[in-house]
Amino acid sequence: MAHHELRPPISEAQVRLLRVNDTVTLNGTLYGIRDATQIHMFDRGRKTRFDLSGHAVIHTAPNVRRVEKSAAHPAGYAPVCIGTTTSDRMERFTLPLMREYGVRLVIGKGGLRDASAAAFRELGGAYVAIIGGTAALETTWVEAIEDVDLDDLNPESLWRFRVKGFGPLLVAMDSHGASLYAEVKSAARARRAAALARLGVR
Amino acid sequence: MKIEPKQIEEAAKELYIRALKLLPPDVKQGFDALAKSESDAGAKRMLGTMIANIRVAEDTDNLLCQDTGIPIYNVWIGRGVEVDGVAMKEAIRRGCARATREHSFRSSIVHPTTRVNEQTSTGRGVPVIHVDFTDEPETLAIEMVPKGSGSENNSWLRMAVPAEGVEAIKTFVVDCVLEAGGKTCPPTIVGVGVGGTADLCVHLAKTAATRPLGTRCDDPEGAKLEQELSQAVNMLGVGPQGLGGDSTAFAVHVETAATHITMNPVAVNMQCHSARRARATLTPKGLAYGF
Repeated sequence: MAHHELRPPISEAQVRLLRVNDTVTLNGTLYGIRDATQIHMFDRGRKTRFDLSGHAVIHTAPNVRRVEKSAAHPAGYAPVCIGTTTSDRMERFTLPLMREYGVRLVIGKGGLRDASAAAFRELGGAYVAIIGGTAALETTWVEAIEDVDLDDLNPESLWRFRVKGFGPLLVAMDSHGASLYAEVKSAARARRAAALARLGVR
Repeated sequence: MKIEPKQIEEAAKELYIRALKLLPPDVKQGFDALAKSESDAGAKRMLGTMIANIRVAEDTDNLLCQDTGIPIYNVWIGRGVEVDGVAMKEAIRRGCARATREHSFRSSIVHPTTRVNEQTSTGRGVPVIHVDFTDEPETLAIEMVPKGSGSENNSWLRMAVPAEGVEAIKTFVVDCVLEAGGKTCPPTIVGVGVGGTADLCVHLAKTAATRPLGTRCDDPEGAKLEQELSQAVNMLGVGPQGLGGDSTAFAVHVETAATHITMNPVAVNMQCHSARRARATLTPKGLAYGF
């Protein structure tokens, strides 16, 4: 259970060092991405001007305040509350994110499924779990909103955050085929019969 | 007692802000209880982070969770209260939109097919407003629930048949908790509706999911189910965030209604660990906020 301090972009070799139950703290650039962002990128042919290669994306749509552009707020947005949404809805976008854009890390909550696990294994990537519903804390790790693209989708724009000490987060799916979610799910299903027996269900 | 729309608008606005920032004391106690009993070290750490987040939200005057939810307002009108019902609903809508604009809340509400976001947290039929009555004299109470989508997306209805008995209800709840896994941001409050029509059954599940922790179903049969199901779902080991542990649910809450001789409906609606709600009470003494 190693700890990794990462400053993206990271290489395939770096991401393959991550193993489930390791922890990660991120510094520097982090991209925020969401359902509508990816529907537009992968189903409606839109492109982003951002270079996501080797980067980490987080499943989020933040609360932001429009402000004058300044050194502190280069995109004209100040963070209000930034937190993480359920990843499962965006399962089918992991592969194109990695294949077409070179994304290495997906940060989210609740986990992804088999197709994402396969993409992580084949292309070199990992899923890093943040604790959902702890956005007030998460916001304190975000220094600034540096840039924004596809902003007509606001709040589901493609956000570029600058983060500091973003973590520790938990590696929950790695590039070697391991998934804590799959392990827990299978163990929980094995306990179903005992739970039903306790309830007197024949 | 006559209540003006302006008072309602102000309360509706303030309630949305309070609900997003302050977690009710019963939920905080629920966290403390789980943190004490949790046997998995990783799960215990996660519960600790969730508890720390409640404090950070209070210290930084920030939202607990970025999900501003689907705004729901439940109104109870007491005896001897004079209020223009249509104006009241319009006032709630205005208050909800003002909270969003004036506090830079993320509007999470879009049209279901065009996906257009009016950036006001309102839209067709939203906020959801339920109006009911209470025998409390000269009292108008408004409860606000910003219902997060991670938990709301995990909602189910099963029109079981009488021959399947109570066993169908129990099995369904266990299977829903398994299916939800980490997607609902556990530990959750699992709300179960038993009986009624299809729509009433789902509504009962929502009422159950948003009821304060520590309260019991006032139907003894429902209360019995709550106790049994709370124990059973916490045997599954789903744990906080679906990453394993004892703390899958704070509790299972059940609400019941009579049903048809041919029917045996059961619905499940979940509330995430950020089990947010706020309450305003208008009486001749003035306006008081609580949970």
